[in-house]
Amino acid sequence: MKVAIASGKGGTGKTTVSASLAASWQRPLVAVDLDVEAPNLHLFLRPEIHGDEKAYMEIPVADESKCNFCRACVDICQFKAISILGSVLMVFPEMCHGCGGCLAVCPEKALTPGQRELGHIIWGAAGSTGFLMGRLRVGEAMSPPLMRQVKARLNAMIQHAETDVVIDAPPGVSCPAVNAVMDADVIVLVTEPTPFGLYDVSLAYGAFLPLGKPMGIVINRAGLGEDTIYEFCRSKNLPIWAEIPFSRDIAAAYADGGIVAQASSELQLTFDELVESIIDAHAEHQEVLHA
Amino acid sequence: MAKLAISSEGPDLDEALDPRFGRAAGFIVVDPQTLEFDYLDNGLSQAMAQGAGIQAAEHVANSGAKTVLTGYVGPKAFMALQAAGIRVAQNLADMTVREAIEMYRNGKVKWARQPNRRGHGR
Repeated sequence: MKVAIASGKGGTGKTTVSASLAASWQRPLVAVDLDVEAPNLHLFLRPEIHGDEKAYMEIPVADESKCNFCRACVDICQFKAISILGSVLMVFPEMCHGCGGCLAVCPEKALTPGQRELGHIIWGAAGSTGFLMGRLRVGEAMSPPLMRQVKARLNAMIQHAETDVVIDAPPGVSCPAVNAVMDADVIVLVTEPTPFGLYDVSLAYGAFLPLGKPMGIVINRAGLGEDTIYEFCRSKNLPIWAEIPFSRDIAAAYADGGIVAQASSELQLTFDELVESIIDAHAEHQEVLHA
Repeated sequence: MAKLAISSEGPDLDEALDPRFGRAAGFIVVDPQTLEFDYLDNGLSQAMAQGAGIQAAEHVANSGAKTVLTGYVGPKAFMALQAAGIRVAQNLADMTVREAIEMYRNGKVKWARQPNRRGHGR
């Protein structure tokens, strides 16, 4: 089973929840940080690093002397990564999404595969929990290509065992967030009882609803004073799986790089129940699918 | 006489010069002597998620214009215009297309050697 921890709004506590879930999980687990633009799960899980590899994407390299200016590559590219201006063939490698279309349609072999570095894939283990993360190269604008490679490695890591996965997703509701949750079996939406938390979690709910996956809410900083999130959950029939109180002790544990679930026995209980709710939601959904 | 392409907010010489190159509403492609002109709609570039500047440069190159008068040009659009052998005068704003043509005819525009805007996502 794969569980994605998402939020819409940044800073609601995705990583806090991901790290605590990983620490509270009773079955074999890999924790993955797919927030490749700003990965930070490792700061809390403190894994032993076993490997670090650069990831690349295939981009076209042009040999203008072979080009017959037929424009086939220009026409197939949806991202303006190739242009022909007069008698000049230009490649803009940073615009390329790596689809390979131009390489396939060039009749003169004037385009050959080159590489653009996307970032790093880093893996290891925190105790018995497997660990995996992507880190986007500074200056790289697109995170989904790196995320796809991290996910490919994840599938290689888990294919031989009955291993569960906790995914720390990026904020937002655009391509990176959708890429992080689309392979999950269950989505946990972490929010906070503020107008911003409510607004962004409603966007995330709307974006992820068509995926047809069970979703539940974790309210972080519960007790801040706004109740509208509870009305929202009632109106959408969204279960509230956990509430993490707004407390100085929790903030201190977090700031210290600690696992919040381990800050008190009450919090450990909260996260144990969250694990149970996730496993139950998954089992129920499987029953519905197979009914 | 080589034609000019001027980024414009609309299809008329008395429209405001659009300071954006890549995401300009359109281009007035004009003969500076006779003031005969065509309007090149750039609406599709405006709607693009990325590559608007390159697309606009292609449009201008295909129009046969050899000179661009505009406000801001990004690095990729600038490279593309240079490759197409098109001169660029930038930093124009707060004037109509007709006034920009007048400036050009009086030799008052300066030719750019480099883009005056950073690209997006950099």
